[in-house]
Amino acid sequence: MPDGLLLTTITVLPFLGMLAAPFIPARRARNAAAVLAGFVALAGLAIMIAMYPGIADGGVVRHDIAWLPDLGLNIVLRLNGLSWMFAVMITGIGFLVVLYARYYMQPDEPVARFFALFLGFMGSMLGIVLSGNLVQLVLFWELTSIFSFLLIGYWHASSNARDGARMALILTGTGGLALFVGMLVLGHIVGSYDVDVVLASGDIIRNHPLYLTALILVLIGAFTKSAQFPFQFWLPRAMAAPTPVSAYLHSATMVKAGVYVLLLLSPAMSGTGPWVWIVTYTGLITLLIGAYSAVFQSDLKGLLAYSTISHLGLIVTLIGMSSPLALVAAVFHVANHATFKASLFMAAGIIDHETGTREFRKLSGLFRYLPFTGTLAMVAAAAMAGVPLLNGFLSKEMFFAETALKNSNAFVDVSLPLGAVIASLFAVTYSLRFIHDVFFGPPPTQLDRVPHEPPALMRRPIEILVLLCLLVGIIPGLTIGPYLETAVRSVLGDETPYYSLAVWHGLNVPLLMSLGALVGGALLYLLIQGYLKRGADGPPIIRHLMGQRIFERILLLVSVKWARALERLLGTRRLQPQLALLVGVALIAGAIPLLMNPAGGLGASPTPIDPALVIVWLLGNACAVGAAFQAKYHRLVALVLMGGAGLATTITFAWFSAPDLALTQVLVEVVTTILILLGLRWLPQRREEVEIDIAATRGARLRRARDLVMACAAGLGMALFSYAILTSEAPDSIAKFFLENAYNLGGGRNVVNVILVDFRGFDTLGEITVLGIVALTTFALLRRFRPAADSIERPEQQRLQSEYEAASPDDVTGSIASDFLRVPAVTMRWLFPIIVVLSVYLFLRGHDLPGGGFIAGITLSTGFVLQYLAGGTRWVESRLRINPIIWIGAGLLIAMLTGVGAWLFGMPFLTSSFQYLDLPLLGRVPLASALAFDLGVFVLVVGATVLILIALAHQSIRNAKPSARRAASGTGGA
Amino acid sequence: MEAVIAISIGILAASGVWLILRPRTFQVVIGLSLLSYAVNLFIFSMGRLRSNAAAVVDGSGDISAYADPVPQSLVLTAIVIGFAMTALFLVVLLAARGLTGTDHVDGRER
Repeated sequence: MPDGLLLTTITVLPFLGMLAAPFIPARRARNAAAVLAGFVALAGLAIMIAMYPGIADGGVVRHDIAWLPDLGLNIVLRLNGLSWMFAVMITGIGFLVVLYARYYMQPDEPVARFFALFLGFMGSMLGIVLSGNLVQLVLFWELTSIFSFLLIGYWHASSNARDGARMALILTGTGGLALFVGMLVLGHIVGSYDVDVVLASGDIIRNHPLYLTALILVLIGAFTKSAQFPFQFWLPRAMAAPTPVSAYLHSATMVKAGVYVLLLLSPAMSGTGPWVWIVTYTGLITLLIGAYSAVFQSDLKGLLAYSTISHLGLIVTLIGMSSPLALVAAVFHVANHATFKASLFMAAGIIDHETGTREFRKLSGLFRYLPFTGTLAMVAAAAMAGVPLLNGFLSKEMFFAETALKNSNAFVDVSLPLGAVIASLFAVTYSLRFIHDVFFGPPPTQLDRVPHEPPALMRRPIEILVLLCLLVGIIPGLTIGPYLETAVRSVLGDETPYYSLAVWHGLNVPLLMSLGALVGGALLYLLIQGYLKRGADGPPIIRHLMGQRIFERILLLVSVKWARALERLLGTRRLQPQLALLVGVALIAGAIPLLMNPAGGLGASPTPIDPALVIVWLLGNACAVGAAFQAKYHRLVALVLMGGAGLATTITFAWFSAPDLALTQVLVEVVTTILILLGLRWLPQRREEVEIDIAATRGARLRRARDLVMACAAGLGMALFSYAILTSEAPDSIAKFFLENAYNLGGGRNVVNVILVDFRGFDTLGEITVLGIVALTTFALLRRFRPAADSIERPEQQRLQSEYEAASPDDVTGSIASDFLRVPAVTMRWLFPIIVVLSVYLFLRGHDLPGGGFIAGITLSTGFVLQYLAGGTRWVESRLRINPIIWIGAGLLIAMLTGVGAWLFGMPFLTSSFQYLDLPLLGRVPLASALAFDLGVFVLVVGATVLILIALAHQSIRNAKPSARRAASGTGGA
Repeated sequence: MEAVIAISIGILAASGVWLILRPRTFQVVIGLSLLSYAVNLFIFSMGRLRSNAAAVVDGSGDISAYADPVPQSLVLTAIVIGFAMTALFLVVLLAARGLTGTDHVDGRER
C-alpha cells in the first residue's frame, strides 16, 4: 500500500472502531470490544513497523489532503522519526493496555463505551503526532482533552471522577485554547501552518517581535497538558479514572503530548533566553515538587501520579536546556518512562483489583499472595528509581551528565545538578516505599478478602513492558539504539551529537550522582518510614500550597460569583425589560445613521395624494391607536380595531398593485380574528374600574411614560426611514430577472406565485415546514391544556341561556344558540360547496393570475371553519371527518416528492418543468411541475390552519377534570 | 402618497411597540400583530408605491411597467408566517395562563 493510504488508515481506523464499538451487544461487549480495540491497536503498530524503512534514514513521509486550499490549509499527515516513536508507543502500549483492560473492567460495566472512548483517544493521540499542520494538531489536541475528560469520568456515579474529569478538562482545554492562539501567532509569523515550513523558519520566528507571545502561549498549552508546575494538580485528580486509563493516558501517552509539541517545535523555537529559562526551570520545579509530593502520598496511584509529574518535569528540564545531548536524553526518557510507568500503573491496578484498596496503610506483606506481580512491580519500580541495568538508569545518567556540565552562570551550575540529585533521591525513596510498604512487612490485616494472582493474560502486558525495561537497560544499543537515533535525528538533523548508550561509562560524575541519590534515598526512606506509616496524607510544608485550591477558588469566583453578579447586573427573567432592551438597541442602531445623515433622502412625495386612501389610513391609524389603548381592558374591542388596521393594510396592498398580498392579507385577517376570538374565552376577566387605582403607582406611571417615549421614537424612526426610502430612486433590483424569466423559465404569468413555488421554491418548502411545525406544536400544547381555575365555569351568557332553557318547558338544551343562528347557519352550510369551488379556482389559476396555494388553502380552511360556526363542533364532526394532521403530512410529502422528482431527470432538487396540455372541455392549460408543489403548499396550509383553529375550538367542549372542576367551584363561589 | 404611507407605518409601529412593552399577554399578541402590519408594509414599500401597475406579465413588453414582485413574495410568506406566530403565541399564552393562573407576561403578578 502507498504511504499516504497507510497514514490515512492508521489515523482513521481508531475512529471507525470507536463508532463501531457501541453497536456491540452488551453481553459480549467485554470480549468483542476488547478484540476490536486490540485489533485496531495491532493494525496501527503493524502499519508503523511497515513504514519504518521510509523514515529510518531521517526522511519525512507526507500525505497532503486538500481541506481549505484557499486559506492555505491542508490536512497533512506527516511521519518522521519522532512521530514514529510516539506512534509506536501509542499503538504498542495501547494494545497492551487493551489486553489488561479486558480483565480489569467488570463485565457489568458499560465496557463497549469504555473501549469506544479508548479508541477515540487513541485516534486523537495518533492525530497529534501525525499532524503536519499546526491547526490540525490543535484540533486533535482538543479531542484528546475531551476523550480524557470522558474517560476520567467513566465512573460518573462517583463525584471524585466527575470533579477530576472537570478539572482536567478545564485545565487542558484552556491550555489547548492558549496553544491554538499560539499556533495562530506562529502561523502569522511564518505565513503558513505547515509544520515543515514552520520548522524551516526558526530564525524568522526567533527574531520576530511576536516570538515571546507565541512562545508563552505554546508553553501554556504544553505545560497544562504535561502537568507542569503550576498546572500539575489536575493529574493526581485524574486518577479517579479506571487504571487502564491512568496507565495509558495519564502516564504513557496524553501527558506526553505537551512534551511532543515542545520537541516538535524545538528546532523552530528553542535556544533563546526565554525558552531556556522558562522551560528549564518550570521543568526543574515540577521535577522537585512532583518527587517530593510523591513520597508522601497515601494512595498507590497518587504516588504514581506525582512520580509521573516529576518525570515529566525531568523531560521538560532536558528540553529546556536545548543542548543536542539533552534532547537525546529527553527523547530517550519519554520512551523509558512510558514503559516502566505504564507497567507500574497496571501493577497498582492489579493490587487494587485483588485487595479492594489502594491505600498504603491498609496494604502490607502482599508478596506472599502476589509473588509474580510483586516481582514485576519491583523491577519496574527499580527502573523508576534509576537502578543500574534498567532503562530508567540510562536516561537518568544522561540527565545527570547534562546538568553537571559547567555553564557560565553560577546559579545554573548549582541549581541544576543539585535539583537533579535531590529529585532522584526522592524518586528512590518513593520507589522503595511503593515496593516495601505494599509487598513486605507483616501480612495485611485490614483486607476483606484474600488476594490472588490475577489471570496470566492480565499480567502479560506488565511482563512485556518489564522485559523491555530490562532489555533496554542491559543492551540499549541492540534494542532501542537505532530507533532512538532515528527519532533524535528527525528533531536535530545534522546537529545530532555523538552519544553512547552503554551501561558502563566508567567512574564519572553522573555515576557518583546516581550513587548518592540511591544511598540518600534509601536512608531517607529508613528515616521517615515511621512517619509515613502513621498515615499522614500529603507532603509536609507545601501541603497547604496547593494549586488545586487556587484553581477551585478561581472556579468558584468565575463560574459562580462573577456569573451571578453579572446575571444580577445584566440579566432578567422578566419579559418587559428584555423587550425594552431589544427595542432600545434597535432604536440606537437606527438612530446612528439617521443622525449622521440628518437631511439626506427626504425629498417630496413623487405620487400625488389620493383623498380616498388618506381616509382609509385615517381610519386605519385610529384603529391602531385605539387597539393599543384598549387591549388591556377591552379585548374584543381591541381585536375589532386591530382588524380595522389590517383592513387598511389590505386596501393599501390592493391599491399599490399587489393583488396577491391583498387576498392573502384579508384571508389571514379572517382566520386570525376567529382564532383570537376562540382564545378570548380562556383569558381572565379584567375590569377597568376595579383595577384603575391599583395600577396607578408612581413606578408604573414612570414605566408607561418611558414606554410611550420609546414607542413614539420607534414609530417616528420607522416613518422617517420609510419616507426616505419611498422618495429615493429605486435601485436596479433582482426583480428584473424574475419579471423577464417568470414566463420563459417558470411557465407562469403571476410572477409572485412563480417566485414562491419555482424560483424560491426551497424557501417556500422551509416555510410550509415551519407552518406545519407550528400547527403541530399548538396541537400538542393544547392537548395538555389545563384552563385556569376561574375559566372553567361556562361563560355567563351560556349559563344564563341554559338556565332559561331549563326553566321554560318548550326549549331543549342548546336551542337558543341554534335558533339564534338558524338563518345564517343555512347560508353558511350552503356556502361550503361554493367556497370549495372558489378555493380550487384560486388554486388552479394561481400560476397565471392572483391566487395560488397559500390563498386557496386559507380560503378552504375558512370554509371548514364556517361549518363549525354554523353547526357547532359536534354537529360538524358527526358529519364531516377531516383529519388535519394527515393533511399536513400529505402536503409536506407532496411538496417534497415534487422536489425529489427532479432527481429522476438528473436535475437538482425542486427543479421545475412545464408544458401545455390540451384537455377536453378546459382547452389548453399550462401544466407545470410547480403546480404539484403548489398543491403541497395548498394541502399543508389547509391542514395547518384547520388544525390550529379546531384544536382551540375543541377546548370548549372538553370536560374539565373533576378535581379542576371542584377547585373551580370552590374559588368560583367566592 | 408616500408621506401618508410612511406616517401610517410609523403609527402602526408605535402602537405595536407600545403594546409589546405592556405586561399582559393579550396586549403583546395584539402588539405583535400591529407591528407585523407595519413591518410588512415597510418591506412591501421597498418596491416603491405604484398604483395601476400590472401584477401579471403578459409574456412580452416593457418590464418597467410591472410592480416589483420580490417584496411582494417576501411579504406574502411573511403574512402566513405571521399568522402562524400569532397562533403559536396565543396558544402559549393560554397554556401559560392555565399553568400559572395569571395572564402576566412573566407568569406571575408583580
